[in-house]
Amino acid sequence: MTGLAIENLSMRFDLPHGGSVQALKDVTLNLAEGELLSVLGPSGCGKTTLLNIVAGFLAPTQGQITMNGHRVTGPDAERGMVFQQGALFEWMNVRDNVSFGPRMAGRKASDYGPNVDHLLDVVGLRDFKDKAVYELSGGMQQRVALARCLANDPDVILMDEPLGALDALTREKMQGLVLKLWKETGKTIILITHSVEEALLLGERLVVMAPRPGRIHREYRLPFAEMGVNADLREVKKHPDFAKTREEILSMIWDMEEEIMGRTEVAQ
Amino acid sequence: MIPFLIYAAIFIASFVLVKKVLRRARPQDFTSLKTVTFGDESAVVSDRTASVVSIATIFLLWGMFTGSTLLPSFLHAPGPFEGTTQFDYTVEAGGQRDSATVTVVVHPIDRDPVLPEVDPGDGFAKNDAAAVGRWRSGLIRVDTNDEIGRDGGAVVVAIDGQPIAPGERVRVADGTVTLSDRGTPNFAPSKGWQMEPIWLPPPEAVASRLMEIASEGFRGATLAEHLGLSLFRVLVGFALGALIGIPLGYAMGLSNWFRGWFDPIVEFMRPVPPLALIPLVIIWAGIGEAGKIILLFLAALWIMAIAARSGVSGVRISKVHAAYSLGASKWQIMRHVIIPNSLPDIFTGARVAMGVCWGTVVAAELVAAEAGAGMMIMVASKFQNTDIVLMGIILIGVIGFAIDMLMRWAERVMVPWKGKG
Ligand SMILES: Nc1ncnc2c1ncn2[C@@H]1O[C@H](COP(=O)(O)OP(=O)(O)OP(=O)(O)O)[C@@H](O)[C@H]1O
Ligand SMILES: [Mg+2]
Repeated sequence: MTGLAIENLSMRFDLPHGGSVQALKDVTLNLAEGELLSVLGPSGCGKTTLLNIVAGFLAPTQGQITMNGHRVTGPDAERGMVFQQGALFEWMNVRDNVSFGPRMAGRKASDYGPNVDHLLDVVGLRDFKDKAVYELSGGMQQRVALARCLANDPDVILMDEPLGALDALTREKMQGLVLKLWKETGKTIILITHSVEEALLLGERLVVMAPRPGRIHREYRLPFAEMGVNADLREVKKHPDFAKTREEILSMIWDMEEEIMGRTEVAQ
Repeated sequence: MIPFLIYAAIFIASFVLVKKVLRRARPQDFTSLKTVTFGDESAVVSDRTASVVSIATIFLLWGMFTGSTLLPSFLHAPGPFEGTTQFDYTVEAGGQRDSATVTVVVHPIDRDPVLPEVDPGDGFAKNDAAAVGRWRSGLIRVDTNDEIGRDGGAVVVAIDGQPIAPGERVRVADGTVTLSDRGTPNFAPSKGWQMEPIWLPPPEAVASRLMEIASEGFRGATLAEHLGLSLFRVLVGFALGALIGIPLGYAMGLSNWFRGWFDPIVEFMRPVPPLALIPLVIIWAGIGEAGKIILLFLAALWIMAIAARSGVSGVRISKVHAAYSLGASKWQIMRHVIIPNSLPDIFTGARVAMGVCWGTVVAAELVAAEAGAGMMIMVASKFQNTDIVLMGIILIGVIGFAIDMLMRWAERVMVPWKGKG
């Protein structure tokens, strides 16, 4: 079986001074190869935790993840991750960052070099390949992170708010880039975001999570990502269904947040 | 007090002169376009002119109050009296009084005085001649040539017409006269405001002593050997400390067991100043090279271990995670992520450790050594060779400063990403 299967995943964090937090409860998700799933949810609903478990950085208290028929027990090059920020190696220049994966695998420069150069072209950083990463802007750094992940050719790309720290314009350009790369490479992608618009634009499927305990609240199948591959993203946003779905999800998340707030008020 | 006032005056005067007068005509530069500079740390840069004036002022004051020949003499603070002066004394014997004059030659201590011929004069008290060294004082037995001496019942009752009793003091033309308990005048020529070379030699004396020691050596070793030996001890001690300390710090940052095992030791040894270990090290290893190097090794060890440990623990977990999901092995993560990430911390630690080692080696040599910068100034101080002491202090300071500059430069070149994660 190809693809990614998340089965009955539960995660409980034991707190140092007693008590525990149920970060995830019975999360089940199946992703076919080449699917792009975006995940939305109020803060603290376990999105990062879910992604960390899929990446193999955390072991779940219950349930399991199966990838292409084998069980996930730790991090692996088949599952690449793009972090929100600060995960580049600032002691390497742009090119060495991007070629990190192939180099660690012991491949020759003549072998991975053309691909790395091609990826730097794709993310528009050809002229910056000898620069130190700390000399780049935030948006450029995220493009390096994306290229680094792609250069390693993973089957699944996990992104935890990869565009969260960018300004609106850069963000829009990067969204276009993510769509383009997804279509070109056919990777399976899980994208966590705080922006409903971004989730709608990029997600072929969209999952809205609910907090306490973290669980899947609703799932959508959306046409916008397909549309966005060929059209201007701004045109896609004008689609009547887009606005309708956005309002629906926004009020859903709003209700959840209100419920949390209300509950804390009662507790006080 | 006076030197301090002069110092403050130069500080204020040069500030006003440079800021208000000389710079007013200048075009505004970038920082001066900022409207908020107070509280903006980046707007405060060291003013080169101020630094130059500051150093010049120190040398100026030093020269002024030591009568340096490098300065024109009108800049000198009033010096000690030198030359010939006179005062009168009055003796009373058997109800009669008589006065006579004492001629005093005040001479530099390193030169023998020539006593002037004086006419004895009339009366039973005769005129005297005496010599007193500059900055010194001298008892003048005025009665030895008088017709009636102290043994004959003569008592000095006044100096320059001012009545005086044993233990009292009066001012005379170029100094003070104190009457000793037994009634002998003690003349102290006025000292002026300059420092005696034994307290503070003038800059040129220090410089010429530097030349002399640089060419002839001091206590059986050349200057380069003294300083080189101190540096050598620092380098060896530091290198050993780093060699053990850095792996130890890595181990403590990466393994619970190592952390648990060494934490109590490191945390206990860290606050112990290396100077406090000197006596123990001398008891164990003697005053030879081994003892010094053990001491410096210990001084550097804890600093380097702690620096390496915090370098490892300071790695962002997302970098490690990223490396894992890019397929790196544990060793590759160690080599390509953890070590480079810890280098800035290690460099900071190395800078601190070098500074501490340099201070410790000098202190250890002050206590006991056969050669070295500290030994040089310690021995010199025993012989009151203040010029050598000053020279040594200046050289120690210059070398310490040079070490720090070198470390900073190395840091800039080798870990340019410091503070930019
Ligand atoms: N290491 C941990 N130890 C204890 N509790 C944790 C830990 N990591 C996460 N949690 C808890 O698990 C819950 C989910 O956290 P998570 O970081 O997955 O939320 P999130 O959905 O990513 O939130 P955000 O949108 O703010 O990033 C939170 O209540 C959090 O307090
Ligand atoms: Mg999160």
